[in-house]
Amino acid sequence: MNQKLPEDRAEAVFEDFKRAYTDEQARAEANRCLYCYDAPCIQSCPTGIDVPTFIRRIANENVSGAAQTIFDSNILGMSCARVCPVETLCVGSCVYNHMDSPAIQIGKLQRYATDAAFEAGWTYYEAGEDTGKKVVCVGGGPASLAAAHRLRRQGHQVTVIEKGHFLGGLNTTGIASYKMKADRSISEVEWLLSIGGIDIRSGVSVPDQLSWDDLKSEFDAIFIGFGLGEDSLLSLPSADSEGVIGAVDFIAQMKLSPIDVSSVQNAIVIGGGNTALDAVRELRGLGVESVTLAYRGGESQMSGYAHEWAEAKTEGVVPSWRSQPLSFAADADSRVSSVTFQMMDENKQPISGQTKTIPADLVLLAIGQGKLGSLTTGLDGLQVEWGKIVTDDDGATGAQGVYAGGDCRNGGKEVVNAVAEGDQAAQAIHSFLMGGGSCRT
Amino acid sequence: MPDLTSNTAGIISPNPFWLASAPPTNSGRQIIRAFEAGWGGAVWKTLGQPIQNVSSRFGGIQWRGQRAAGFNNVELITDRSLDANFKEMAEVKRLFPKHAVISSLMVETKEEWKEVIQRSIDAGADGIELNFGCPHGMCERGMGSAVGQEPAVNKEITSWVKSYSSIPVLVKLTPNVGDIVPHGLAAQAGGADGVSLINTIKSIIGVDIDRMIPEPVVGNKGSNGGYCGAAVRPIALHMVAALARDPGFNIPVSGIGGVTNWRDAVEFIALGSSSVQVCTEVMLRGYRIVEDMIDGLTRFMVEQGFQTIDEMVGKAVPAYSEWGDLDINFESVAKIDPDKCIGCNRCMVACHDGAHQCIHPSTDGGIVPVVDESECVGCNLCEIVCPVPDCITMVEVDNGFPEGSWNEHLTTGSTIRPKKGSHGYDMP
Repeated sequence: MNQKLPEDRAEAVFEDFKRAYTDEQARAEANRCLYCYDAPCIQSCPTGIDVPTFIRRIANENVSGAAQTIFDSNILGMSCARVCPVETLCVGSCVYNHMDSPAIQIGKLQRYATDAAFEAGWTYYEAGEDTGKKVVCVGGGPASLAAAHRLRRQGHQVTVIEKGHFLGGLNTTGIASYKMKADRSISEVEWLLSIGGIDIRSGVSVPDQLSWDDLKSEFDAIFIGFGLGEDSLLSLPSADSEGVIGAVDFIAQMKLSPIDVSSVQNAIVIGGGNTALDAVRELRGLGVESVTLAYRGGESQMSGYAHEWAEAKTEGVVPSWRSQPLSFAADADSRVSSVTFQMMDENKQPISGQTKTIPADLVLLAIGQGKLGSLTTGLDGLQVEWGKIVTDDDGATGAQGVYAGGDCRNGGKEVVNAVAEGDQAAQAIHSFLMGGGSCRT
Repeated sequence: MPDLTSNTAGIISPNPFWLASAPPTNSGRQIIRAFEAGWGGAVWKTLGQPIQNVSSRFGGIQWRGQRAAGFNNVELITDRSLDANFKEMAEVKRLFPKHAVISSLMVETKEEWKEVIQRSIDAGADGIELNFGCPHGMCERGMGSAVGQEPAVNKEITSWVKSYSSIPVLVKLTPNVGDIVPHGLAAQAGGADGVSLINTIKSIIGVDIDRMIPEPVVGNKGSNGGYCGAAVRPIALHMVAALARDPGFNIPVSGIGGVTNWRDAVEFIALGSSSVQVCTEVMLRGYRIVEDMIDGLTRFMVEQGFQTIDEMVGKAVPAYSEWGDLDINFESVAKIDPDKCIGCNRCMVACHDGAHQCIHPSTDGGIVPVVDESECVGCNLCEIVCPVPDCITMVEVDNGFPEGSWNEHLTTGSTIRPKKGSHGYDMP
């Protein structure tokens, strides 16, 4: 499995938005932690990391122990430290917020400890005693990897199937590069796989190349963690012009290859979620002069994080609120030249006769990702509602021995949610298998 | 404006802030800079037969990110010649005639004492301080704390010095004793004009656990040194106060031990010090710290209506009581201000694990813990651990019992209030 990335890929120009701590800075911040009892930061972490304990370990210069505390709850704690929206999770719940003091920088402390573990090559986990059971994790992203690692620790034989080339899922191909670059995610996957015995099959598509029945004949349990589909596109006039592409697709290209945007004068990103906010900031970071965020609602209606939008604004991104795309125009080379928007009212309803045209030679569509479609056809008992796989609280689907977690289950949340769901499903799978269950046909 | 002039056993200085005998007073050039910065007095780095020092010499305790909360040293007395020191002392006094220069001395024989005292007087020193306190190196040679720990020797050498000295004599006491009072009384009996305390506390500041060598590491070994800095202040305050309230002790005190700012100085003065001496904080921050010591003390005196330092000396001594004379019927309980509480639960865990199990989780689903006042013993632990200023306060409870002490109870059978927080201890 060659996971080498080109050195000159476009994301190489980005620097970390949040700088790493030095030893002294980390210890000073760790010593500020109040070491709350029954701390709200633990409650607000989807993976339930014991934050006060790992921070106290940093303060006491037990960095290896701090990292283990993190990995015990979240095996992707290194990337989560960088990509988690801590402002709305652990840091947002820090009790210091109630006394007008700066909250503890939990994400930066988590990065300090987990980076140290990576740089030093510390590993903490060994495969459990062989149970003779075989589990397949479909998809190579955070949910599957977290499930695979937990299952391996429990002694099961684990296979991960990835349809693409790179492991890590959106952690590798979709994270804003000023938070984490692709190579970091890939080395995290290598570190995770160092537990040994996790079989990787990449370039294999389920169910096209390998059917669910094939999997059921080979494995005792199936974990589905294959995320969402491709970017949703628009069926509007000239929406298929060159230069109109999905935002997730664009971000992946930027992270994995040396794309060139130096000729782009005016870029528009359509959407109001976090993918849109990542995309506008990345376009500015790549040097695009004019970047517009076009959203059909108002500023307060965006689903993207307010702290990310605040940064985007200071970086020079211009908003166009209440703007719903109506049509695209293309030049003689059929390259996009402008987008015309229908103006909307406060209830996101069209205002008759009001339109606006903005010039553009690059348009990214961040209006959601396609749902699962027919991917799960052939799994009797598994239900899909609103494009999401239906499970119980532990991730069990209606199909015997088939579990799911991550974006395909929750519709698209954070990496940390995917890890939590993968881990939880793995524990449920373990109970299922140890109780004599199997999905084998 | 209040008058900051200080008089310690006849040694007059423009303010009560002296540099203690230590590295900051190693040379005339340093002391000139210190006086220019505002220090009122300086006790010269102890003079005697020049010694040879080691590298390294200092160690600091890092505690929760705070550097040098405690400090220690294995440095000895001056390593410079007596000629150079006395020449510089004379020059300092020529330039700063109104500042106090105290000559700290440590020698062995009677003849040596006579010589260094006369040379100090000739150099213009305002007083003599006898170093009977150094707990490392010099005591192995029969000096320093080896003298200070033996009241009879202390008294005898003090009386020699007094017979040779026409200027005030302070005896610097070592804290490395069980009870400071007999040592202060011995100095007084020897004729001392005053005492200064505390010298450093015999200590090992830490261990290099990678090399398994006590710190500070000198080559491949370490030795015990003298502990000082902010961490020792409570010990020093007690020793100063123990002398100040002893009815048989009636000579002035120069207070030393962990003074870092004007507040610390006021505490020492309130417990009986006429002046305070500072070393560690100057080693960590420089002579300039005296600027706020003077400013803060001045503002405090204006606010409190004190005109002179003398008015404050010993002001808190009458309230320093034996435990047995405390009002055992005084009762207080913890109150948590729900508007200020941030929900960290530190009070709860501290009370449960470290006190009397009377603070419990919120019962209404909120973040504010609940104090069971019927079990709260009023110990203060929760108030100490609470990170929010004024969130937990200890509130007096009117329990109807008249003021009364344990000693009174023993002698007169007076009523004492029932105990709280004992829980019956019904272990399974």
